[in-house]
Amino acid sequence: MTVIKLSEPVEDIVVNLLRLANTKLPADVGWALEAAAGWETNEVAYTQLGAIMENVKKAEHLGLPMCQDTGIPVFYVRGRFDSSIAGEIARGVERATKAIPLRPNTVDPLTRENHGDNLGEGMPIIHYIPTDDDFTEITVLPKGAGSENMTRLAMLNPADGVEGIRRFVIDAVLDAGGRPCPPSIVGIGIGGTSDRCVEMAKETLLVPLDEENSDPALRKMEEDLFVSLNGSGLGPMGLGGSTTVLGVKVRKCSCHTASLPVAVNIGCWATRRASARITDHGVEYSQGVRL
Amino acid sequence: MRTLQTPLSEEDVRSLKLGETVYLSGPIVTGRDEMHIRALEYSEEGRDVPECLQGSVIFHCGPIMRQRDDGSWTVVAAGPTTSARMNKLEPEMIPTFNIRAIVGKGGMSRETAEAMRDYGCVYLAATGGAAVSLAEGLDRCVGCEWEDLGMAEAMWRFEAKRFGPLIVAIDAEGNSLYDRVSESLVRDA
Repeated sequence: MTVIKLSEPVEDIVVNLLRLANTKLPADVGWALEAAAGWETNEVAYTQLGAIMENVKKAEHLGLPMCQDTGIPVFYVRGRFDSSIAGEIARGVERATKAIPLRPNTVDPLTRENHGDNLGEGMPIIHYIPTDDDFTEITVLPKGAGSENMTRLAMLNPADGVEGIRRFVIDAVLDAGGRPCPPSIVGIGIGGTSDRCVEMAKETLLVPLDEENSDPALRKMEEDLFVSLNGSGLGPMGLGGSTTVLGVKVRKCSCHTASLPVAVNIGCWATRRASARITDHGVEYSQGVRL
Repeated sequence: MRTLQTPLSEEDVRSLKLGETVYLSGPIVTGRDEMHIRALEYSEEGRDVPECLQGSVIFHCGPIMRQRDDGSWTVVAAGPTTSARMNKLEPEMIPTFNIRAIVGKGGMSRETAEAMRDYGCVYLAATGGAAVSLAEGLDRCVGCEWEDLGMAEAMWRFEAKRFGPLIVAIDAEGNSLYDRVSESLVRDA
């Protein structure tokens, strides 16, 4: 944890966050990769894990983005803040795009026009969670398209139950094959409305892999899916092996009595995240957070 | 592990075995959706297509590039993009431009594998996200075609030096490692 002096503009903090997230893999994800390399017996799979870990070391050492798809940065702002924070985050994104550099990924959905600054209509995406805490916490999750394009939402019937959820998640991950760059982290949202369900699935990707789910039923679901998916044989990059996922994370909330929404949002092996908690005493950076 | 010199001959390509690990040295071009669409469009209209595409190795990649003060380019990060997006385009690209190898991630369709078998081409799987290591193998950027397509979509020309590791994931017989994995997937474990 780094503590820096206050008086630092939010814009600078955003540049720091994007640099940290893109160049340094969160420690918990790194440990999960190392553990996987320890048990993986498939030769091709082992080569893939080795190439990933070598790349992670080089990116951190050289201060370069570990993946060329630096994604669409998704921001979460929690605590105390005012409306000026949106503009400051946008300026931070624009500066970071040149300074790190990030790949200019943001385009108009129809004309595909790219302004080269990762800004544009409705960008950057910021979720706001106002609380009475005496801090402002800014979290960024740069989301690449390979994994994001594999997102799935199902409005299941309540009668489908836990088995229906399990079937849907397994199919979502296995049908995605090598496209989302496995070994992946599987984020699952259960309940809410359709929009909230997808949001929850993504939010789980922010939680460190070594942090246990406090809900015993969800913890069991995470463990069961972890075992099933790693027993599927898909393997790193879909080339075969026993490392298909590094973690499975579930979050739920209440829903309509006639609904059972389930969403899957996959994080690639390079699930990148960074948080800054700003208090009167300074700024503390970390790489995993439960919202 | 073999290091192959590009441009590759049909004989080189047909000698590669499924699952084998190789490295590439020599000319490589990048291409994603837009580059493929334009190349096929121009070719059909009889317009000029950059010669470097003929007999080339196409890397499905939208790199992060940095321009030096003298105007030349250097590569920062260059991992593979999802090849499946080019599934509809490669069966025509391969014979039109005599493509000998495609480097990407996630695998390609049966139709693409069949074009590879018919015309002598292979699919080489690069490690998704290993963008810094793979960029090291793209020793030198020697030019950019169709820069107007933007950094991610332009056709970047590289002189590679031990670019890899790459797994032969679809061989020139049309055999696919992805199909083999897919056929033996356990969905009910």
